[in-house]
Amino acid sequence: MTAAELIAFAAFEGGVFSQAFPAFGVERRGAPVQAFVRFSDEKIRLRSQVYEPDYIIVQDPTLIGDVDVFMGMEAGGIAIINTEKPDFDAMVPKGVKVYAIDATTIALEELGVPITNTTLMGAFAAATGEIQLEPLEHALRSRFSGSMADKNVRAAERAYNLVGGAA
Amino acid sequence: MLEFMEGSHAVAEIVKRCRPQVIAAYPITPQTHIVEDLAQMVANCEIDAEYITVESEFSALSACLGASAAGSRVYSATTSQGLALMFEVCFNAAGMRQPIVMTIANRSLGAPLSIWNDQQDSISLRDSGWLQFYAQDNQETADLHMIAYKVCEDHDVLLPAFVCFDGFILSHTYEPVSLPTQEEVDAYLPAFNPYQRLDAAAPLSFGMYATPEYYTEFRYEIDQALYRAKDAFVRAGREFGEQFGRDYSALVEGYRLEDADTALVAMGSICGTAKDAVDEMRAAGRKVGLLNIRMFRPFPAQEIADALKGVSTVAVLDKNISLGSGGAVGTEVKAALYGSGISVYDYIIALGGRDVRKRDIAAVVDLAEKGEGDMFYGLRTEVL
Repeated sequence: MTAAELIAFAAFEGGVFSQAFPAFGVERRGAPVQAFVRFSDEKIRLRSQVYEPDYIIVQDPTLIGDVDVFMGMEAGGIAIINTEKPDFDAMVPKGVKVYAIDATTIALEELGVPITNTTLMGAFAAATGEIQLEPLEHALRSRFSGSMADKNVRAAERAYNLVGGAA
Repeated sequence: MLEFMEGSHAVAEIVKRCRPQVIAAYPITPQTHIVEDLAQMVANCEIDAEYITVESEFSALSACLGASAAGSRVYSATTSQGLALMFEVCFNAAGMRQPIVMTIANRSLGAPLSIWNDQQDSISLRDSGWLQFYAQDNQETADLHMIAYKVCEDHDVLLPAFVCFDGFILSHTYEPVSLPTQEEVDAYLPAFNPYQRLDAAAPLSFGMYATPEYYTEFRYEIDQALYRAKDAFVRAGREFGEQFGRDYSALVEGYRLEDADTALVAMGSICGTAKDAVDEMRAAGRKVGLLNIRMFRPFPAQEIADALKGVSTVAVLDKNISLGSGGAVGTEVKAALYGSGISVYDYIIALGGRDVRKRDIAAVVDLAEKGEGDMFYGLRTEVL
């Protein structure tokens, strides 16, 4: 949920309307959870969950196979997947572009903990172009303070540059 | 200025600016974030309020009732089983005419246990004498708190109110909200001016017993005060619009109802999804509109009849069920439209957190136009 909130916040800082919400009720660390984000140039009224995502972020690659993380995606969609060994090509729908990034390692190196929200946010920004680096950094500095803010910004920027180079 | 925040946080921020003097609440999902935020604000001396920690919702509302009778502006928040535990105090608060404002983060009632959203909790207190407002989004949620205090404390009204917003769907959603500054809230909402209060120098009794010679007249006066709340809401809503540019002077809000053949009727956040569905149906050439009931108590029967004049079919979306009778909103809309010749169908929908998509709204319209209704929508017959 933190990743969804931060992405929506950064998008809002970038000048669009946005909405972020969890798939309610099962928010606990370790359980499979979903969260959703919408962006729009107009005020967002729709409240249903997202069934046909343009983009997906998969934080835990062990879910792939157990859960159809690509469900509802169509050609032109973009998937950002945290993994060190991208071996799920057969499951990717036709026309969906996958960015595999080892966000856990980046998070461990930059933050010292395997919490990948901000790293994947940087990857999302670079892969989709929906968020610019400046509002992203602003969102992170609003959410975190002091050295934690610096570390998270560094993790996001590293992923941004890594994926940006590949995009 | 729009700021990006969680719905619960928007509630805590606006409540802070309404300057409650006493807050008593017991945490319960999905209301928890509101009272956590407020407790922190009190601890940080951001609000000059007494935060009374209690061991149950019954005590929370009892503390609010006593503090209100002593002349304080008070606040509480709850949901679901917590509200059920307050049942007795709710009737007493209305009967003692205390203008308490309480947020309801709407949630279903057990059994079976469910922490997810529907509107069964507040709807089940519809006979208690509390005003009930339902918010479509987090902007309305924040705004309605300011309006609620103004209406409740109006000496023509003097009744408590629920400000209802859908649990999780609004309470846990981050979206842009514009919050007025403290100075702006102060300009709209003056300090509480109690009509009467507990005072050792001029003793009064609240909540005494009434013999058969008086009880009926007490109930009549409460009922009359509820009806006067309609005018008070219109005044407070218009004044709000003049000051903040968002007008709440109507008890019901029509959306694309002009020339509509079929009208949806709903309350709360489902109206947002329904508006998008209406736009799609309109684009496909279908004459469909929506009526959002912003105030459920007092029930705006005349306003609903006026707004739906000209439609031939009405589909009511009920996120509650009066077991053994039908949806509460549908039942009352049918009564409001009695004799009009309009066909009114009721749909029990979105209970216990079941998601509603635009295509569900369109399916309900299809059913209503075929004359099929007064039913649970989307039943999973395979598990029955």
